[in-house]
Amino acid sequence: MSMTATQASKTTSKSSRVLRSIGFVAMPLLVIGWSLIDLSLGRELVEWIPYLASGFSMNILITICAVTLGTTAGVLLGLMQLAPYWFVRLPAQVYVQIFRNAPALVLIFATTYIFPFEVVLFGNYLPFPDWVKAVIGLAILSSAYIAEITRGAVLSIPTTQWEATKGLGFSRLQALRYVILPQCVRRSLPPWMNVASSMAMGTSLASLVGVHELMHAATDASTAVRRLDFTIIAYVVVMAAFFTLCYPIARLTRRLERRFNTG
Amino acid sequence: MTASPETETNTAIVKLEDVHLSFGQTQVLKGIDLTIYKGDAFSIIGPSGSGKSTILRCINALVTPQSGKITVAGTRVDQLTKESERIQLRKRVGIVFQQYNLFPHLTVLDNIVLAPTKILGADKTATVKLARELLEKVRLSEKADAYPGQLSGGQQQRVAIARALAMKPELVLFDEVTSALDPETVGEVLWVIRDLIRDGMTSILVTHEMRFAEEISDTVVFTENGRIVDHGSPQQIFHTADNPRIRQFVGGLSGGGRGAVRDGEGI
Repeated sequence: MSMTATQASKTTSKSSRVLRSIGFVAMPLLVIGWSLIDLSLGRELVEWIPYLASGFSMNILITICAVTLGTTAGVLLGLMQLAPYWFVRLPAQVYVQIFRNAPALVLIFATTYIFPFEVVLFGNYLPFPDWVKAVIGLAILSSAYIAEITRGAVLSIPTTQWEATKGLGFSRLQALRYVILPQCVRRSLPPWMNVASSMAMGTSLASLVGVHELMHAATDASTAVRRLDFTIIAYVVVMAAFFTLCYPIARLTRRLERRFNTG
Repeated sequence: MTASPETETNTAIVKLEDVHLSFGQTQVLKGIDLTIYKGDAFSIIGPSGSGKSTILRCINALVTPQSGKITVAGTRVDQLTKESERIQLRKRVGIVFQQYNLFPHLTVLDNIVLAPTKILGADKTATVKLARELLEKVRLSEKADAYPGQLSGGQQQRVAIARALAMKPELVLFDEVTSALDPETVGEVLWVIRDLIRDGMTSILVTHEMRFAEEISDTVVFTENGRIVDHGSPQQIFHTADNPRIRQFVGGLSGGGRGAVRDGEGI
């Protein structure tokens, strides 16, 4: 987790300005300045940028898929944990407890080696690419986190809200749908943002199972060029790229929070 | 307002017979008998912990007694076994709580419109029109687009009353609706309830507002320790009660500051 929920919401506009200037100004300036001072370095970098970019697009793809999948499954699992029937509650609780405590890398390795490299569907051999396995690994982890976030948010709604819906003739599901969950969205946004940016950063782990993403591309590039200054600058580019991926998630969440706070 | 003869001859809308209820080892109701007629204003008074609120919760099936008969608008509430049957009952019986319990994420108007449209399946335009009429009735027309957090306690409680009325209930239960309010806003809520009773809405009030109960009720019951100690007209309970416990309770409360503030407002 990059920062806790309370820290995230307390972050002032001043500190976010500092952050922005490091991420969007200082790091690119370092890369550009260094490239201009040593033009041979600059030339290498320009040559490798498309390759790095193709890797980065994979990080974006994995992040979007893992967070979408993880959020959907997580909300369902969170609600299952609160179900009145034990046969619904228990499997969800077991799932969450097991996967919430598993390191991301372990899950990515597990999904990579457990799932086959291709699947047979109606007699056709369909490839099962490694990046999809990384998505599943990260989605399992984020769904366990988000299940806990959802469960906590629902429990944090005062029981008097449930009482009010009961008094008006709502069923349990109707109360959840119209009254409880809408109030949970606002409460879960800051922790959800933490999970989303953790997953964005966790995509770099996919390089270890051979997925062609940014870390993998940077390692390829530095091995091919064999220059220490290029290696340093390549990883600065990686850092700047991850910043541009995670920072908008934080900004978007802050904006949504403000919008909901008018309520 | 006193009980008129024709309401007495009317049919009973709520009837409790020998209702016993306990939470675990604690006996809360120890044989409650009540009859409430259509169009009546019925007040339940008594010390805290005497089971007043529990009686209301029995009537709209939020709690189920261990024994006894409860009949509400032709439904045997004590025999309802399925949650769906209890929900059907609650759609016909409005309840207003001490803590208002408005939905904080919705505007005042949406708070009122939500249940009729989503639960009863009522037409949206007609319900919005009804909601605006009800807001006018509780004198909050200008607050339709405000959020509950922007309203005072008294205003929130009036919205809660409008929300309950939007379901077009056959009777309304008021559970200590002014207990969480500051003395200055109590009056505006009582004003709304008084209006409602004048319009003929069957109302059951659990209240600590003795003067109000005396003024608007057709029947008053005094409960203590899960039993009904006495029941009768306001005159009987507040002025000519034989029971020294009731005289002590009523005497001790009616001299309080709250009544003075309300009277000062001339309501």
